[in-house]
Amino acid sequence: MKTQNQKAWFFVLPVLLLVAFNALIPMMTVVNYSVQETFGNNVFFWHGLGWFEDLLNSERFHAALGRQILFTTIILLIEIPLGIIIALSMPRQGFWVPVCLVLMALPMLIPWNVVGAMWNIFALPDIGLLGYLMNTTLGVDYDMTQDPFAAWATIITMDVWHWTSLVVLLSYAGLVSIPDAYYQAAKIDGASSWSVFRYIQLPKMKQVLTIAILLRFMDSFNIYTEVFVMTGGGPGNSTTFLSIDLVKIALGQFDLGPAAAMSLIYFAITLLVSWLFYTLMTKDEGK
Amino acid sequence: MRKRSLIPILYILFLMLPIYWLISMSFKTTNEILSGFSLFPQTFTWENYITIFTDPSWYWAYINSIIYVSLNTVLSICVALPAAYAFSRYRFLGDKTLFFWLLTNRMAPAAVFVLPFFQLYSAVGLFDTHIAVALAHCLFNIPLAVWILEGFMSGVPKELDETAYVDGYSFPRFFITIFLPTIKAGVGVAAFFCFMFSWVELLLAKNLTAVDAKPIAAEMTKTASSAGYELGLLAAAGTLTIIPGAIVVYFVRNYIAKGFALGRV
Repeated sequence: MKTQNQKAWFFVLPVLLLVAFNALIPMMTVVNYSVQETFGNNVFFWHGLGWFEDLLNSERFHAALGRQILFTTIILLIEIPLGIIIALSMPRQGFWVPVCLVLMALPMLIPWNVVGAMWNIFALPDIGLLGYLMNTTLGVDYDMTQDPFAAWATIITMDVWHWTSLVVLLSYAGLVSIPDAYYQAAKIDGASSWSVFRYIQLPKMKQVLTIAILLRFMDSFNIYTEVFVMTGGGPGNSTTFLSIDLVKIALGQFDLGPAAAMSLIYFAITLLVSWLFYTLMTKDEGK
Repeated sequence: MRKRSLIPILYILFLMLPIYWLISMSFKTTNEILSGFSLFPQTFTWENYITIFTDPSWYWAYINSIIYVSLNTVLSICVALPAAYAFSRYRFLGDKTLFFWLLTNRMAPAAVFVLPFFQLYSAVGLFDTHIAVALAHCLFNIPLAVWILEGFMSGVPKELDETAYVDGYSFPRFFITIFLPTIKAGVGVAAFFCFMFSWVELLLAKNLTAVDAKPIAAEMTKTASSAGYELGLLAAAGTLTIIPGAIVVYFVRNYIAKGFALGRV
């Protein structure tokens, strides 16, 4: 049982001050922009909720949001099961465990723009390894810069390459924490490997999977740098996800009001989904 | 058992392919890259690496990145330690709300914050310093560090604290000489994740710096010039960015697996 102690606030204070400096002040700036109109020269006019109304009725926003949701759904559907499968088939001990872990963690430690550049040269139709193999050996007509489907497939493969390891590492951490006695008991009961997974491994992985899903949701929903470097949102608008559209509006066209309103709606969606998920996953913890 | 180990092997092969391609490209001349497909470098060259190690704007970009990443990691861990201790040991007014609020900062898209951050750090006169980037990255690293450390600390029985007080330890002495060594794996894991997310982030780092603290990620855009892309140079610079991460992950390899197992959500 934890003790009630209001002095604990002093321990939290440094974190609170630092995060508040970084989060609240910029957030207030964004809120401030979102209700004003400007014609440059730092002159601002009150615009009320106009930007929000425009945005919620704008086809461009709906399209970007749709693409973003589709992308995140595909990513979660591929990466979470794949990560669990890989974690289940990894050795539990021995020389190969650290080797596997280090190699698997590598993609996550590469700066995001390098990841984008790397996949860009990897997928170049004539001179990249992937593009060359696809076009000559497999005979598929593949060009990421021309074909929206190829662009999507490449970005999804890139993200699977980049982030599945996170799910693997987290699931693996959950798996190694299961005592051997559980497996022995299951063996005596003659449990099938599916029921071992369903009733022993999956419940033990629940906590780490919650973290994995939350992190993957937030990061894939906010994906920017890799896609920007790889396709720049194209061909056409086919890979213009929310954050890419946002940066286009904010820094490209310098439309501060609409960009700020969009940021707030964007943030609200991420927040809502994460909160729902967090409450759902942690609700039986108290019992 | 044989068949099972095929899956990780295939997966690791898949992971290594683009990395191989990057490294192989970094040893090619730009002419060779553009002239056609070759699996191995035909004319092996160190030219690209020599350029990077002799041009101050290139190697300083690496040093800049390492400076702000280290600053950020130390700062994040130092402030996260007491906070995580408070969350794991005490109940206080608004603790649950505060915990979730901290996590929400991990969710804000960096794109949202670029412009306000630029204005904020310009206003306080920190623009284009290593401190600015280190502070800005605290936004998403502190919540993560608190989250991880809190998990580890909750795994340590409370009796340890109580025994130490009975033995006459003061709080700071107990925290540094007894508690910290018990959770050193957690500190390692938290530091690893702080390093990782600060090292790979580009958008904020690029927009908060101009010359003096320019990170390597921003320097790499230099390879695109009017004469087209210098792909070899870009590949060499990219290859070099993998190394610090590889070193760090090698040191914490035994902890990352255990890391989250002890943690709770």
